[in-house]
Amino acid sequence: MSEELELTDELAPPMANGEVLFEAPWQGRAFGMARTLAQAGAFSWDEFRAHLIRIIGLSDRSADDADDYEYYQHFLAAFEAVLAEKDLLDGELLGARLAEFQARPHDHDHDHDHDHDHDH
Amino acid sequence: MSDTSIPALRAEALESLLIEKGLLSEAEIDQTLEFYNERVGPMNGARMVARAWVDEDFRRRMLADGTGAVDEFKFVGGEVQKLVVVENTPDVHNMVVCTLCSCYPWAVLGLPPKWYKDPAYRSRSVREPRAVLAEFGVELDPDKEVRVWDSSAEVRYMVLPERPAGTEHLDERALAEIVSRDAMIGVAVCESSAVRQGL
Repeated sequence: MSEELELTDELAPPMANGEVLFEAPWQGRAFGMARTLAQAGAFSWDEFRAHLIRIIGLSDRSADDADDYEYYQHFLAAFEAVLAEKDLLDGELLGARLAEFQARPHDHDHDHDHDHDHDH
Repeated sequence: MSDTSIPALRAEALESLLIEKGLLSEAEIDQTLEFYNERVGPMNGARMVARAWVDEDFRRRMLADGTGAVDEFKFVGGEVQKLVVVENTPDVHNMVVCTLCSCYPWAVLGLPPKWYKDPAYRSRSVREPRAVLAEFGVELDPDKEVRVWDSSAEVRYMVLPERPAGTEHLDERALAEIVSRDAMIGVAVCESSAVRQGL
């Protein structure tokens, strides 16, 4: 039983799995960032998971309305928490960057680089 | 791109900071996403189920040691924590949940579906599994026992569904195509009618 199945081996995906896994691109980015950094050893997935459980637990107790439930907002918060724990994220810098992005005009073209000075 | 919601901006701000710090790059994030979206998917689990349906020795090994069964396939990457495979039988139906967060056997099932992470699924699966199953379209005989398995960081579960009748003529590869992700979470059953008609 040592047959090796290549992933390039074409096999139709199992049925009924066609739904979208991320509802918005940012959710995929958040997932991609967290997995990339965990694989790079910046933190362990269990460390991330401990924050996720804590944050989801707080939300489960406070929110009765499941429609408002936003898993990836919790995911993002847990990601920020584990980065802060590892001294990889400065909350003030994030707040400043967020404020800067919020101040952009709504038709702002996201494709340009962000290196120039937004101090206006 | 015109998503200006707070979480979207927050994720973007975070990404720009982490890139500036040299901790990751846009390309690395893209690669990770592509990997989980396209290369690791429920087909890994489906292959294991199909093998178990045609190979009794493999079925026994898979039920005794799910992690070892994964290793036999040499799947690329993914999380292979301890995997336990639970078998559906005429008397028992299994379903999998993670009540605390969203633990899921990524190596064999890819990324979890949205509903797997919802509080309603996480809590109701334990309280009223039959009602949840009915909403997924699975009507069980009242005599059938339902077992709910709560995943954790230490143990991930996957269901070995029952092989549907009318699939005796199918080979392992064709069988893998009728094994849905949902059947391996235990919220669906496999149906021979899912065999593709070569359309």
